Amino acid sequence: MSGLDAARVALRAIGGNRLRSGLTALGLIIGVSSVIVLIAVGQGTQKGITDQIEGLGTDLIFIEPGSSTDAATGAQGGFGTATTLVLSDVDALASAGVPGVTDMAGELSIDAQVVAGAANVGASVIGTTSEWTFVRDAVVASGSFFSVAQVEDDELVIVLGAAAAEDLFGDESPIGESVRISLAGGRVTFEFSVIGVMAARGGADAAEFDAQVYVPVNSLISRLAFLRNAAGGDVPLSQITIKTEPGTDQEVTKQLVSDVLLFKHAVTEPDFEIQSQDDLIGAASSVNNTLSLLLGSIAGISLLVGGIGVMNIMLVSVTERTREIGIRRAVGAQANDIVKQFVTEALLLCAAGGVVGILLGVGVSVGLGGREVGGQEMTTVVQAWSIALAFVVAVGVGLVSGIYPAVRATAVDPIAALRNE
Amino acid sequence: MIRLDGVTRSYGSDTSLVTALSDVDLEIGAGEYVAIMGPSGSGKSTMMNIIGCLDRPSAGYYLFEGLEVGRLPDRGRARLRGRVFGFVFQSYNLLPRLTALEQVELPLVYQQAPKRRHRAAEALIRVGLHDRIHHRPSELSGGEQQRVAIARSLVVNPRLVLADEPTGALDTRTGEEVMQLLTELVDDQGITVILVTHEQEVAAHARRMIRMRDGRIVEDAPQVPQLSPNGTREEAHFASPLDRGFRHPEEQRPTESPMPTIKGIEA
Repeated sequence: MSGLDAARVALRAIGGNRLRSGLTALGLIIGVSSVIVLIAVGQGTQKGITDQIEGLGTDLIFIEPGSSTDAATGAQGGFGTATTLVLSDVDALASAGVPGVTDMAGELSIDAQVVAGAANVGASVIGTTSEWTFVRDAVVASGSFFSVAQVEDDELVIVLGAAAAEDLFGDESPIGESVRISLAGGRVTFEFSVIGVMAARGGADAAEFDAQVYVPVNSLISRLAFLRNAAGGDVPLSQITIKTEPGTDQEVTKQLVSDVLLFKHAVTEPDFEIQSQDDLIGAASSVNNTLSLLLGSIAGISLLVGGIGVMNIMLVSVTERTREIGIRRAVGAQANDIVKQFVTEALLLCAAGGVVGILLGVGVSVGLGGREVGGQEMTTVVQAWSIALAFVVAVGVGLVSGIYPAVRATAVDPIAALRNE
Repeated sequence: MIRLDGVTRSYGSDTSLVTALSDVDLEIGAGEYVAIMGPSGSGKSTMMNIIGCLDRPSAGYYLFEGLEVGRLPDRGRARLRGRVFGFVFQSYNLLPRLTALEQVELPLVYQQAPKRRHRAAEALIRVGLHDRIHHRPSELSGGEQQRVAIARSLVVNPRLVLADEPTGALDTRTGEEVMQLLTELVDDQGITVILVTHEQEVAAHARRMIRMRDGRIVEDAPQVPQLSPNGTREEAHFASPLDRGFRHPEEQRPTESPMPTIKGIEA
């Protein structure tokens, strides 16, 4: 029997029992489409988180104070803040000339009330240096960021984030106006003069950055003795952000930075924590890979169940048609021809189910993308390999479920099949 | 053409062995018209199935045109079934979803023969079904279905046609039409026809009569066909059974056979 004849016979058999064929294919359609959708959702979630982290800025290394309380070093926490990271660390790193580092800025973050006239907002006050705009790729919309001189002189100047400026001054220009920063429930207040407003920031971290206000790092500290004393007279920092040249091996940079800080702090174990963007992405990815694996396993199980369903139906279908097999063999069909016929039938059915499943899976994945599900915007990324995998499994199921019962049905002499009622 | 040498066919395991055919020797020449008669379970169908390569002997040899086909692999046996033998069954054995034309085309599909449609249509015309070519079995009468089956057996130009109770499911009149067709195969085309039946009137068409009982051949004798070439159906229906006295085949003793036997009779 030629392949064309086999296909013709198979199509006839599939068309001749539409309900059974439909149910058979349905198992695979559900299996294949769920594999594609679940993997697309898993990958999409991963991509969403990765994008968010990358949106913080590229090629950044973050140093945060550790929680080391080693008595020998005298490091101690004050006001619940570890103060092992100080402004002179930034100077030490800068003079060490770590290769690949282009800019760095220390940051001290203090939560405070910011008051302008009748407007009063809670905001993070970021004490930093003029390098901050380079490190964070920040753009000033109006006025200017504070200069090196202004930082050195501890001037009471302030730059507002875009959202903070709008909350405090509405549409009016805040440049030259004064705002009060109120700490400790209003018991300590300082007057700052607004010299600039930052441009609204796009990306994942926009909300956080736009709500902040920026002051020279020492302007507050020099006026708050209790904070300064806790850091041994230095300026405590909540973070040092290092920007590296594109293409720098961040692992090497991290190691060198760590060495400099260990020497400066005169400790053997780090009393700080260094993380690169890659570390953050890696940590998020590993969580996500677990999620993807879980979703993939569920999808795999549904594909497996679908496959077993197909085998089940094929087995019953071939058994039911034992007499047909007998008749065909009586008129000259070889055992091979019979196997060919049933394999073709199973393959066509499974391939059709696979194709419909792929269309459905890709359709649902694309449809889900960008939609709000449970308050979260879904991101889906359809993976070519998941389509290939699902299709290969579908066709494989077709082969196995076609070959096995057909070979079994032709193992006996034709008369045994003919007598079967 | 056909030679069976000590052919035995038994089923089941050693503990519950059922022997359907027991040490049968038989020779059938080309162009013969043979009827095999016997009660149910006498082994006549089993012998026919072995001859048709639908079944295999448990012991003994089956030679077809000098070739030992009892132990041939599936490929060779499938070729014989498809190209040399034609089958006509009591239950027609048509595929329910195919039209008459497709049924007849089926053996040619497996041979990958050229001009399949044309040859199938010709075979259907030969059996008088030119107006039923696109009908499915459910749309055909029993006699028409059996004629489709005969067309299917003829389409490959077989050298041997095996008919197992071909009239068993038909009324007397259509049964007679089917027998006419089979007889023509022998007379007009020189095809060897082997017929299994338990009806005396049907067997009467054949030129040689083999009687079986308990898996053995008990009588093997030539006979004068009961129908003259121009005989009418009425003659076939009434004349031959009258001659034979309406006896049930089982009641007939070998000695009542109208012609002397040529082969040894086994009691």
